[in-house]
Amino acid sequence: MKLTKTLLASTALSVAAGAVAAQDMANSMTIVSWGGAYQNSQLKAYAEPYQALHPEVSIAWDESSAEAVAKLRAMTEAGNITWDLVDVEAADSIRLCDEGLAMEIDFDEVLAEGDDGSAPTDDFGDSLVSDCFIPQIVFSTTVGYRTDMVGDTPPSDICALFDTETYPGKRALNKRPLANVEWALICDGVPKEELYDVLATPEGQDRALAKLDTIKDDTIWWSAAAETPQLLADGEVVMGSTYNGRLFSAIAEQGQPIGMLWDAQMLDFDGWIVPEGLPEDRLARVMHFLEFATDTQRLADQSAYISYGPARASSAPLVGKHAELGIEMAPHMPTDPANATNVYVTQYEFWADYRDDIDAKFQSWLAQ
Amino acid sequence: MTDATQPASRGPMLAADGTPLKKSLSRALRMQKMRALALIAPLLLFVLITFIAPIADMLFRSVENQIVSNTMPRTARLLADWDGQGVPDEPVFEAAYYDLFLAAERKEHTRLGSRLNYEQTGASSLFRKSGRGLEDMGELYQDQFTDLNGDWDEPEPWAEIFGDPEWLAEQAAWDGEGRMPRFQLREGAETLLPRSAEHYAAFARFTQTEDGDSPLEEEPWSAVHTALYQDLAAADLSGYDGPRAEMLAAADALVDSPEFSRLPFTDGFAEIDEAWVQPQIWQTLKLYSPDYTPGYFLNAMDMQLTPEGMEKRPENERIYMLLFGRTLFMSLAITFSCVLLAYPVAYLLSNLPSRSANLLMILVLLPFWTSLLVRTSAWKIMLQQQGVINDTLVWLGLVGDDARLAMINNQLGTIIAMTHILLPFMILPMYSVMSTIPPSYVRAAKSLGATNWTTFWRVYFPQSVPGIGAGSILVFILSIGYYITPEIVGGTTGTFISNRIAYHISTSLNWGLAAALGAILLAVVLVLYWAYDRIVGIDNVKLG
Repeated sequence: MKLTKTLLASTALSVAAGAVAAQDMANSMTIVSWGGAYQNSQLKAYAEPYQALHPEVSIAWDESSAEAVAKLRAMTEAGNITWDLVDVEAADSIRLCDEGLAMEIDFDEVLAEGDDGSAPTDDFGDSLVSDCFIPQIVFSTTVGYRTDMVGDTPPSDICALFDTETYPGKRALNKRPLANVEWALICDGVPKEELYDVLATPEGQDRALAKLDTIKDDTIWWSAAAETPQLLADGEVVMGSTYNGRLFSAIAEQGQPIGMLWDAQMLDFDGWIVPEGLPEDRLARVMHFLEFATDTQRLADQSAYISYGPARASSAPLVGKHAELGIEMAPHMPTDPANATNVYVTQYEFWADYRDDIDAKFQSWLAQ
Repeated sequence: MTDATQPASRGPMLAADGTPLKKSLSRALRMQKMRALALIAPLLLFVLITFIAPIADMLFRSVENQIVSNTMPRTARLLADWDGQGVPDEPVFEAAYYDLFLAAERKEHTRLGSRLNYEQTGASSLFRKSGRGLEDMGELYQDQFTDLNGDWDEPEPWAEIFGDPEWLAEQAAWDGEGRMPRFQLREGAETLLPRSAEHYAAFARFTQTEDGDSPLEEEPWSAVHTALYQDLAAADLSGYDGPRAEMLAAADALVDSPEFSRLPFTDGFAEIDEAWVQPQIWQTLKLYSPDYTPGYFLNAMDMQLTPEGMEKRPENERIYMLLFGRTLFMSLAITFSCVLLAYPVAYLLSNLPSRSANLLMILVLLPFWTSLLVRTSAWKIMLQQQGVINDTLVWLGLVGDDARLAMINNQLGTIIAMTHILLPFMILPMYSVMSTIPPSYVRAAKSLGATNWTTFWRVYFPQSVPGIGAGSILVFILSIGYYITPEIVGGTTGTFISNRIAYHISTSLNWGLAAALGAILLAVVLVLYWAYDRIVGIDNVKLG
């Protein structure tokens, strides 16, 4: 009798506590992401499990990540922030953080510990590129090629891009300098460790453009990463750069005659930022969701839907099989040791400084 | 009544109520005008608030540049008198130290860094780095004071030295609810320790308003310690008998002793980054410290602001004039090809029997109802090298398999796709004008012996010109601001200035430059419109 009473009382108490907590947290959330397969992987790995635990929460998705920086600035200026959590690339997160549009996060306070007990700051390690940025995935910009258009010697290193003798045909490259100028300098003989010192000088920038000039007439310049798999599938280009996940889906999910290079892949991160100036109840909900959505298991789960590597070190051993195809996903991760023999991690600090300068020169060169 | 019907020689005509007719009439007209104005007022207000005002606000950014003087007010003031030669003197570095310190607390220094990075590559990381480095500079003094007396690291002594006693009592009694009593400086603190009083007040107010914390519980920033060191080095404290007099006297003795280590602001900045002791960043700061700047407009015209005045940018950075020229040229080409294609269609539409004309009209409107993106992507599939048209040409043997035509990702692709997309805007006004041309004119001309050509050229064509004018204006103005189609099919040689504006709005966040480019584009359109009015006459434009 006494036990029952205590139980009842404690249940009542915890229910009351739960009710209080629920009142403090908003029950709806707007998450901004990229749409497509990537957003779907977030929905399956983060949002649906979260909503299963907290059925009172409704999540609206907004596919605006490509314009997130500008829209967030406009929202902040208007004083009406309708987004709660925004998925952006690491480079954009630095800009948002600098502009005071994204909130600084105390990682060890907000995020869950790794499954192995490691502190979040250690577990995420180098992927914490900005004080506002909570990484989810590692992706890479790399090169895919038509297996039936490269003859008997498929390319094995990045400089095949510039080798129009052996691999005649069009290339597809990003309309922005990022990755292109790095690859140009690497193939022009600049050692890896001097790369950004060279690129910081006007002579180095001219050198990169001069190298790109050798394939300028053979290149179709894309502005959306989805264009390259399409151009490869149509046989418009013999090789082209895009994100590794796009190539994976063209190869494994659609069975296109496409192969891919891992050489000199440019590693990059994608993750969350929380807009600055959210009301308390919404902020509480976002933080609650973030802790869940960026824990070791959730990040590992995401790789069942898309071939991007989890940003946490502790998630790597948990990477399993593709949800539909049933193939092992680990060998398709950019961070897999077999793939990561020659990688370049995007230098965010460098690009934050030089983006406008190099982009102006690059666009001027393109337009000539 | 009788007055109004009488001849005018009997004096001014009067209305029924006895007022002069002229006055009465003008009153009635005024009433009518007011009523008309009241009727359109909702629309007018709507347009003003949702259209004109945001555009004006956006365009205003092309000259606005208050960020430098707002973030670094002391430095901007001092730099105004600086001659721009070499590196500025110590007082400027001192001002920059305090300005940047406060900016870093407000997290505004990185914003300023991004702003200046548009003008000088490297400013972004320089400011980000300096935010952290300034903390270390002040800690030099903070540590020495704290080593002397641990109380210097506590909040209360500071509050007692600088706070008004009345405020102190109120603040101590504050229970965490409601408004905090606003910090007041103690009388005399400012005359004795001017710098520290100023910076402590800045700290206290910031803590109260931004963090919502009590200054009695927060230890001051290291900048306040730096200010105290400066004051103690300069001031004579012998007559001071206010709060914590002993503590201050001891600190004063420490500062005056030879063991006290000090660091000139210039050296401190040099330690953070060598760039601070080079002229370039200071010249940039000086150039952009006025509240309004021509810098964005100069950038938009491939020029730049330098200490020597304006000059052209280096060859390999020029792009905007090329893009403006290309945008105008291609918009004209698109307008012209639209006229060529639309004229026969509109002619057919207006001369066929209504049954077949309606069918034709649906064909004209059908693409109009299809999504813009779908139409553009369809052109990609049609025109690409492995696309439908090239395949057909190769199959027919007109071009070799290895010499497929490049019809997309260049100017040709943009002109083809945009002509198709904008064609209905040309056909519709032409059609509505042509359908009002009476067929009897043509018959009359022919019966008077004119040839078919003369009939068309001398009689029909002049009457259809207003339709061509209306269509051309529509198509030209639409195409000059077009963005998505050139982005998709334009490649590198077929992109417009609007693609660059979009880049600055959404990627580089350089809204000032985007606004300047937009303002120039708007001005160009207005000038062309004015020229059109002078040459063709705007009265000659008819939409129906």
